[in-house]
Amino acid sequence: MMFAVAIIAVFIAMVLVLVRLYGGPTLYDRVIAVNSFGTHTVLLIGLIGFLTERPEFLDIALLYALINFVGTIAILKFFRYRAIGDKSPLNEGAKQ
Amino acid sequence: MSGLDIAVEAISWLLILSGSFFVIVGAVGTLRFPDFWSRLHAVSITDSAGVILLFAGMSVQAGFSLITVKLIIIGVFLFITGPTATHAIANAALVSGLRPKEAKGFTGVEPEPLTPPTADPASSEQQ
Repeated sequence: MMFAVAIIAVFIAMVLVLVRLYGGPTLYDRVIAVNSFGTHTVLLIGLIGFLTERPEFLDIALLYALINFVGTIAILKFFRYRAIGDKSPLNEGAKQ
Repeated sequence: MSGLDIAVEAISWLLILSGSFFVIVGAVGTLRFPDFWSRLHAVSITDSAGVILLFAGMSVQAGFSLITVKLIIIGVFLFITGPTATHAIANAALVSGLRPKEAKGFTGVEPEPLTPPTADPASSEQQ
């Protein structure tokens, strides 16, 4: 039952963060909103795993936490250097 | 329900409720703070207090088992990447010219002008 309460709380927090994501004036407001939304998703997956007595969900939560971090850094790198790909000879032709 | 069960139930109730409280506080702070730099503070509240309390509540519920180990692993990972991501975002914002709103009024000193962003280090090595 308490997990249901926590899931509702995380849902409310997600909606608030989405409002910030929509309204954020600068790009970096949106990046922290996306990052925070990812963390909320990690919490949500863990809580749902506990609510439905299926502990395997925690592996998914761990994976999501990893990818969320990488995604945030990729967004920042893209907007910083206008290119993500490294200039290796392998993708010479690719538009940077 | 033996005494231990009641204790476990009560502790996990307390931890999870306070954790979800901090998650909501962080989200409300992200929404209401006036400036990007103060919103950074609010976001990291959910990252630190919310995550740790919720995971503590869940691990109390799970007792000494593999689940608790997984929870600890996720907690340690989030504990490391949370501040790192926040630092990366703050650094990117500062370099791109975003200044705190009251930077001048607060310190009374004009913030130093922004130097143009340097070239991509990856590309400069190739030349």
